Amino acid sequence: MAYHFLGIGWLSWITFLPIIGMIIVLLIPKEARSAMKWTAVGITFLQVVISVLVYLNFNYNLSGINTQEGMQFVEKAKWIDIQSVSWFGRLRIEYFLGVDGISVPMVILTALISFIAVFASWKIDKALKGYMVMLLLLDTGMMGVFVSLDFFLFYVFWELMLLPMYFLIGIWGGARREYAAIKFFLYTLAGSVLMLLAMIALYFSVAIVDPATGEKIHTFNMLAMMNPANFQPDSLLVGFGTQMRAFAYLALFIGFAIKVPIFPFHTWLPDAHVEAPTAISVILAGVLLKMGAYGLIRISFPIFPEMAQKYAFALAILAFINIVYGALCAMAQKDFKKLIAYSSISHMGIVLLGMTALNTQGMMGAVFQMFNHGTITAMLFLIVGVIYDRTHTRDLDAFGGLALTMPKYTGIVTVAFFAALGLPGLSGFISEMFSFLGAFQVDKLRIITIASTLGIVLTAAYMLWTLQRVFLGKVNEKWGILLDVDAREMFMLVPLAIIILVLGIYPSFMLNVMTSSVNHLVNLIAQNGSAAALLQ
Amino acid sequence: MNIFIQQIQQNLAYFLPETALVVTLCLSILAGLIFGKTPKVVAWFVFIGVGAALFFAVKQAGVSQEIFSGMIAVDPFAVFFKSLAAVCTLTIFLFSIFSSEVQTTVKRMAEYYSLLVAMTLGMFLMAGATNVLMMVLAMELTSLSSYIVAGYTKEAADSSEASLKYIIYGAVSSGIMLYGISILFGLTGAMDYAGINHSLTLNAPNYFALLTATIFIVVGFGYKISAVPFHFWTPDVYEGAPITITAFLSVASKAAGFAMMIRFFKVIFIDTTILAVPAGMWTSLYGFEWNKLLAILSVLTMTLGNLVAVWQDNLKRLLAYSSIAHAGYMLMGVVVLSNQGIAAVLIYLMMYLFMNLGAFFVVMLVANKTGSEDISAYRGLGYRAPLIGVAMAIFLVSLTGLPPTAGFIGKLYLFAALLDAKWIWLAVVGALNSVISLYYYARVLRYMFLRNPEGQTGSITLQRSEAILLLAFVIPTLLFGLYFGPLVELANASVQMFGIR
Repeated sequence: MAYHFLGIGWLSWITFLPIIGMIIVLLIPKEARSAMKWTAVGITFLQVVISVLVYLNFNYNLSGINTQEGMQFVEKAKWIDIQSVSWFGRLRIEYFLGVDGISVPMVILTALISFIAVFASWKIDKALKGYMVMLLLLDTGMMGVFVSLDFFLFYVFWELMLLPMYFLIGIWGGARREYAAIKFFLYTLAGSVLMLLAMIALYFSVAIVDPATGEKIHTFNMLAMMNPANFQPDSLLVGFGTQMRAFAYLALFIGFAIKVPIFPFHTWLPDAHVEAPTAISVILAGVLLKMGAYGLIRISFPIFPEMAQKYAFALAILAFINIVYGALCAMAQKDFKKLIAYSSISHMGIVLLGMTALNTQGMMGAVFQMFNHGTITAMLFLIVGVIYDRTHTRDLDAFGGLALTMPKYTGIVTVAFFAALGLPGLSGFISEMFSFLGAFQVDKLRIITIASTLGIVLTAAYMLWTLQRVFLGKVNEKWGILLDVDAREMFMLVPLAIIILVLGIYPSFMLNVMTSSVNHLVNLIAQNGSAAALLQ
Repeated sequence: MNIFIQQIQQNLAYFLPETALVVTLCLSILAGLIFGKTPKVVAWFVFIGVGAALFFAVKQAGVSQEIFSGMIAVDPFAVFFKSLAAVCTLTIFLFSIFSSEVQTTVKRMAEYYSLLVAMTLGMFLMAGATNVLMMVLAMELTSLSSYIVAGYTKEAADSSEASLKYIIYGAVSSGIMLYGISILFGLTGAMDYAGINHSLTLNAPNYFALLTATIFIVVGFGYKISAVPFHFWTPDVYEGAPITITAFLSVASKAAGFAMMIRFFKVIFIDTTILAVPAGMWTSLYGFEWNKLLAILSVLTMTLGNLVAVWQDNLKRLLAYSSIAHAGYMLMGVVVLSNQGIAAVLIYLMMYLFMNLGAFFVVMLVANKTGSEDISAYRGLGYRAPLIGVAMAIFLVSLTGLPPTAGFIGKLYLFAALLDAKWIWLAVVGALNSVISLYYYARVLRYMFLRNPEGQTGSITLQRSEAILLLAFVIPTLLFGLYFGPLVELANASVQMFGIR
């Protein structure tokens, strides 16, 4: 079989490499600090290599979503198979990995951000071994979420991230780290237990027939869940538009919404982002937030197409609130990091708005915006980290005229800021435009879309205002001469800037990957959704 | 008369596990007199005796038989609980070797071991009892032995207090239970479960009287599994008793209580005349909704257990409240009236055995090394003793019910049973409860890893044997979180009770 190495598929490698790295780090003696760092660098670099290989070998014509044939780099093995007893059917959980056009951008993003996060962690002093172990464990969890196609597996990876994240914020974070860590933990768990219930309900409702024995098998296979024909008669979630399905959709939605985060579930985010060390903020904003949106696209929408259509308007309103409220909050911040954190809420609102359009442009914009926001916001948090390392403050008013003392830094910041506010020629513009374009086409959402564009203006306002406060004006003598970005920081920031620039000029590098899957997804939702409308 | 004696003689073959325990119990008392100064001999002796009982119990797998004229049933369900109790007892023997509380009382140690054997015997009988008299006797045997061992370290004031509280609560609740049983007897004129069921099927008794009897009997069960509002003894006893006993009470005693309760309700109130129910489900006689009663109990138990645990600073007390909450989770499985629910309880108990005993073992190790059970002793523990810290973290995560640990699988099956029987509100309550529980479990994590050690900062070293025993709990806790097929199959096979189709 192609795409294998040592008999193990690429996706397994990319997912479990960090676990191998974790074991190596555990075996390295405490004193060998640089050995631990370089192990982490090596492992995450290999992940980047694999993700690039996946990208290069990706077949643009296959769409995936609900067919196994359409998935690529598939690995499927029986994990747990429990024989049936008279009162309970057969149970099967599979080790089922695969990617399509929606997950590939996320896989690349995860690999890239993890790699950069290791460099951003270079100056960690306290318990370096524990830190690297947790970071690598987190990495496995993140990667696993984006490649698993079995809901149970997905859930295991989803929860696997919680504990490392708790420790990473709680041990290596800022002053209020304990509060932020437990808040993050509780919020996410509250969401995921609801998701668990929805998952179990789905599992009982869906059964596939074993071609060999004719036996009915309950399964957690997501692709099977997307086929309405697999829902068993008299089961909890059979049919369309039932109250039970609305509950299940809501439970899943809350689980994902907390992660995105969608208003009013967003309050953990500013705390967690501000208290986390730079590298972890980068991962949080760059990858973790995407998981919520990814979950909605991968699970909620295709499995509950009629609910996706029914509640599109409500979601759009939430998206509008996210965009405008996030931007307004960002504008009011004095703390540089908090400002970026709120800008994340605002930008994730655009992802949500694009999704709710349920058409090709909107969905394309949403997925692309997920990737772009990942790179842009990672840059922004790194930028905050650079200045915080030098001055140990994040107070926006404490700076001024940095453009004179730190010209290289200012140049990079300008790219990131302009990308964030959606300047044409940078990647953010393309995805935001697609999202708004998609939503605008839907009659119901037009007003909301128009209102949401206010967010762009507000984003421009706070970004430019920040630029002005920090980089222009009078030099604050308090800091003396600040060192400009060093080689390590350049190494983290420049690749991201290049990606932003290249995708801004020629977005097809990424859009081509997504096109076929997004089209298929949109058709699937439309088809099943309209079938539901006919039934009602 | 001859036939009767013959029957008893034949039945004795099915009574081997209990016989082994009885012999061990008698001989351990004798051995205590002879080898009084070298309690190690007694320890090895009882270890082998209980091991033999476990062996015989496991050999009974697949048997489905009623013995001693319907006093006791030997069926997969009983075998499961007997094995669970025996495994737990053996573990407690191992714990006792490391427990400084127990090891400082050389003179009385033989008593300690023989009482543990007596408790185990009681649990074996509880698992199989199919007659209300047998049930009460078995329960009293377990309780009386546990009153004594709870106060085993009599030098400690709180231990004596624990013992006394335990007796008072135990006496009252078993009194109430007996009263309930007498009403039930009055209503049906039968003592054995099948007879009661038969009588209830033939002519419906006064509904109010039946309800009263059931509520009174639930008091006894509730006390045994420490369900709210019959839980008041739990925190004090758990705090006062030696840690080994606390661990034993929290797992084995609770499991036996569940065995007794599930069998009682299922056999007595099943409606055997209705055949048109889906496989694995059953209906209660004339819609007598005892399960609603348990649902209320379950919600109260888990919510109160979890909420109060948040405020605890003593780790033993914290785990006591957490074990109350876990009883609440398991009660959810009994509520649904399906084999799936019962299987879920069995799965949960197996997972709970590893994670809860593991957590108590850590508490014991820390108490041995630092002399404190207070949460402040855990400050920076993750740095002072990394293995203990990581192991405790895994147990706590498992108790919270996060993957990839055993506790998650337990919860998964409970919720699955509830959702399949459309008890959605209860599943939601249970799920939200595990979020509350995270707060106090994470609090221990916070002390262990997020705070730096104060005062004593030296690293704590573990003996190799302690480390191995610790790993013997860590590994299953992780392994069963990732590969649980065999356990589920075992539980599915163990649901079968004698006399029920």
